[in-house]
Amino acid sequence: MAETQDGATRRDFIHVASGTMGAVGAACVAWPLIHQMNPAADTLALASTEFDLSGVEEGMTVTIVWRGKPVFVRHRTAKEIEEAAAVDVNELRDPQADSDRTTKPAMLILVGVCTHLGCVPLGQKATDPRGDWGGWFCPCHGSHYDTSGRIRKGPAPANLQVPPHEYISDTVVRIG
Amino acid sequence: MSGPNFSNSVVRWIDHRLPVFTFMHHEMHEYPTPKNLNYWWNFGSLAGIVLVILIVTGIVLAMHYTPHVDYAFQSVERIMRDVNYGWLIRYIHANGASFFFIVVYIHIFRGMYYGSYKAPRELLWILGVVILLLMMATAFMGYVLPWGQMSFWGATVITNLFSVIPIVGDWIVTLLWGGFSVDNPTLNRFFSLHFLLPFVIVGVVVLHIVALHRFGSNNPLGIDVRGKQDSIPFHPYYTIKDMFGLGVFLTIFAAVVFFLPNAMGHADNYIPANPLVTPAHIVPEWYFLPFYAILRAIPDKLMGVLAMFAAIGVLFILPWLDRSPIRSGTFRPLFKIFFWLLLADCVMLTYLGGKPPEGVYVILSRLGTLYYFFHFLILLPGLSIFETPKPLPRSISQPVLGSGAGPVTAEKENS
Ligand code: HEM
Ligand code: FES
Repeated sequence: MAETQDGATRRDFIHVASGTMGAVGAACVAWPLIHQMNPAADTLALASTEFDLSGVEEGMTVTIVWRGKPVFVRHRTAKEIEEAAAVDVNELRDPQADSDRTTKPAMLILVGVCTHLGCVPLGQKATDPRGDWGGWFCPCHGSHYDTSGRIRKGPAPANLQVPPHEYISDTVVRIG
Repeated sequence: MSGPNFSNSVVRWIDHRLPVFTFMHHEMHEYPTPKNLNYWWNFGSLAGIVLVILIVTGIVLAMHYTPHVDYAFQSVERIMRDVNYGWLIRYIHANGASFFFIVVYIHIFRGMYYGSYKAPRELLWILGVVILLLMMATAFMGYVLPWGQMSFWGATVITNLFSVIPIVGDWIVTLLWGGFSVDNPTLNRFFSLHFLLPFVIVGVVVLHIVALHRFGSNNPLGIDVRGKQDSIPFHPYYTIKDMFGLGVFLTIFAAVVFFLPNAMGHADNYIPANPLVTPAHIVPEWYFLPFYAILRAIPDKLMGVLAMFAAIGVLFILPWLDRSPIRSGTFRPLFKIFFWLLLADCVMLTYLGGKPPEGVYVILSRLGTLYYFFHFLILLPGLSIFETPKPLPRSISQPVLGSGAGPVTAEKENS
């Protein structure tokens, strides 16, 4: 059998080449079987929601649904905004200034999903505990969020997410 | 091969072409089993029987269950109220899962006390840990199916655990969900997998038993079978003993199914799932509580999740952590004490996992977690060096028939 200088034969080459082809073929078949688990086209189509904020008065909080998740809209009081702005950003676990988290300072819009393991934090109802920083408190494993929705204490690694949103009129916001 | 001589001619005809009867005779009748097994050795066969009970009741439930977010809860309530004996079948299935874990946890601690994970049974042990993982995945997905509040929020918290994986974490979570949150696609795939995994478990159980029959059972003395005088055939001696244990087990099981069917469940799971409201106090099923306590003990997301998986991960390497050549805890005075401490620690963690994550509960969870890993990673390797074991009996027969324990001496070997 024909051998190259380093002892490899044509048969070795055929083994490696057919093995590689087999692996590539298997990967090609595996991908549809994996990708079918990703969000389907109709699920993706539900990706944005519009909401009229005119009814949300100062001090009020409402919960709306976006992509099957709760979105918190809080019309913050002057005191809450002040508290959120007064924080030294460098002391935060996930440093972000309050001004970077809102389009209109009074209207805080957040995905109401704890960045730890996905529970819905409490703080939407007047009777709810709001944690040590007056924002939200996640009862599942004890994460405290401030009045800007930033993580202050507990296991969550990140601030409550601000969903992509834009105002399409003075009072109507489109989320997603 | 000198096969058994079957008197029935049909059996002989079949066996000649498909040697299933020879196989069964070999594995059941001829299979030599140490003669000193105690009742802790019943739990393996019990686990197998419970698995069969779960599969039978599960297949029946699947005939009436609808895997859709709008109908799942109602279809389970229909099983409970309208389907003939549906309540019985569902209570057997739901409590069967709990009893499966009780039996398997006892089986595991039996293995730990008697050193059954040591050479040459390392792979047997590892296959057992694989079964435990598959059971956990199966039970977790089964619990999601009734689509109550605990189903939904349990599913949310557990799938989110995967988001800690660097870079691909979020991608994996979306892949698990099939959407942007736990929703209908998630329920559908969990139903499909909940149907499949028990049969995967059956496959691994077969491997587990193949590995077991290679060297046979360990025994309470932890010493090898030295010959015919140390063993008895599995059938009828252990089949009858296992049947007796099964009777006791079924009595307790039936008492729970009929009189306390919801004792191990959570009332919130009778509230339909609501994606906008998390229950004030979410807890997983009791059999996950020690791991949940470990998860919550650590105030960092990534480390918490790693610690939780590591708690099972250490079991995989247990055969190499405990280097003492003595298998049975009976002959290891220090190990014995620490074994019970570990058991107490696990019971404490189970209790803490069900408590809110605040105040003294957090502190105790941290201590319990620390002790758990201390036991496996430091204590066990250390003990294998520092502990002086008690003398081993010469053979399995000797403490039963002979004159008590004494050191092994070569010249007395044949007495
Ligand atoms: C390893 C064996 C199994 C375990 C540990 C297990 C565990 C569970 C658990 C914990 C539940 C939730 C019970 C409740 O609270 O209602 C459940 C539900 C269910 N299981 Fe299984 N299961 C097993 C095997 C199977 C099999 C083989 C099937 C067949 C398809 C099946 C079908 C179902 C169905 C349809 C439900 C939903 C009805 C209900 O909630 O009662 N299970 N399972
Ligand atoms: S999910 Fe909120 S603290 Fe864990």
